Amino acid sequence: MECVFGLVGKDFTLVVADTSAVHSILVHKSNEDKIMLLDSHKLMGASGEAGDRVQFTEYIQKNVALYQFRNGISLTTAAAANFTRGELATALRKNPYSVNILLAGYDKETGPSLYYIDYIASVHKVDKAAFGYGSYFSLAMMDRHYRGDMTVEEAVDLADKCIMEIRSRLVVAPPNFVIKIVDKDGAREYAWRESVKDVPVPAA
Amino acid sequence: MARYDRAITVFSPDGHLFQVEYALEAVRKGNAAVGVRGTDTIVLGVEKKSTAKLQDSRSVRKIVSLDDHIALACAGLKADARVLINRARIECQSHRLTVEDPVTVEYITRYIAGLQQKYTQSGGVRPFGLSTLIVGFDPYTGVPSLYQTDPSGTFSAWKANATGRNSNSMREFLEKNYKETSGQETVKLAIRALLEVVESGGKNIEVAVMTKEHGLQQLEEAEIDAVVAEIEAEKAAAEAAKKAPPKET
Repeated sequence: MECVFGLVGKDFTLVVADTSAVHSILVHKSNEDKIMLLDSHKLMGASGEAGDRVQFTEYIQKNVALYQFRNGISLTTAAAANFTRGELATALRKNPYSVNILLAGYDKETGPSLYYIDYIASVHKVDKAAFGYGSYFSLAMMDRHYRGDMTVEEAVDLADKCIMEIRSRLVVAPPNFVIKIVDKDGAREYAWRESVKDVPVPAA
Repeated sequence: MARYDRAITVFSPDGHLFQVEYALEAVRKGNAAVGVRGTDTIVLGVEKKSTAKLQDSRSVRKIVSLDDHIALACAGLKADARVLINRARIECQSHRLTVEDPVTVEYITRYIAGLQQKYTQSGGVRPFGLSTLIVGFDPYTGVPSLYQTDPSGTFSAWKANATGRNSNSMREFLEKNYKETSGQETVKLAIRALLEVVESGGKNIEVAVMTKEHGLQQLEEAEIDAVVAEIEAEKAAAEAAKKAPPKET
């Protein structure tokens, strides 16, 4: 029931992901951050098998960092997306990773971008995308309300509409979401949308 | 003695590894490099041989980053340096991936030294012809460190050290003039050591400063010139003071 979706705005890209880590009927934690900071200006939201998700995204993150040290310059978002896709493709017919990825980035020359990379290594550059059961609802919402050139407020408002749909219509809807944004100032957390919070219990 | 330098896996009768010693000769011919550790700053300085007119000097960076908090300067065969630096950079990221911690300066030094040693005890290879100066801050304690490795694969920590051409004169200078410094004072000490053996001027030295907050920052030619000017002024003042009042008794 993992939900990840994203959209490109005027000069930023937004990525939203649910934050529950689930194993069968048990919710391990509801504040699991599934959107990784790939580098200063890239976000990688991932959904899929828990072990693969962390292993694969960390592997990509370290390779992106290595590229930067070797070459003194960061990878573009397109290059990072193609590298990620290449790694998925190489492993696909041997030892496939079950991870779906939304890669959001901001490049000085080309502005904001969003790449849809699914677990069988197809890659598409898109304006809006979503994975998981939540995609039935968030994609429909975005198709209805998305425009090119949205401001941050408008985009977050649209994200909230999508979260509302997921919460009300998905049978086992995740309670909490995290919204992250990447623009010319870098990639950072924007907000959380929590409906269930862990209350710290005082010691006996 | 010529018999003992073809395959480096052999010792000479008097216990020498000649290939390693010849590699040290290559280092001695390389450009001068100096490293100074301050309390909150570490400075690396390297001699820049005059760049050819048509060469783009920006493509010849002699002080490199291995990770956000580790930098390296070297003296000797630059092509060999590329190989070692590449392996070290991979190891820095690999360490972060497997244990989710950045490397300590000692760890990466040990790794590089280990690589250099491997090539003194393998068939059909020659040792790396370079000595490195590795600097960085411990990612948790924030303590600054300076290490040196050489072609034999030995490494040790230093407060200040020099390698490459005329390293003995620079080391002598540092031994005489070293004291605990911080910030700009550390930069000055490093440049003063380098100026002992290098023609003065921003064009002939490359200096990089590492701090905990800002990581590695390469100094611009203008900044280096400014410090050099300061140093010359201080030297001139000291000379004048020595000559001026001889009869005070």
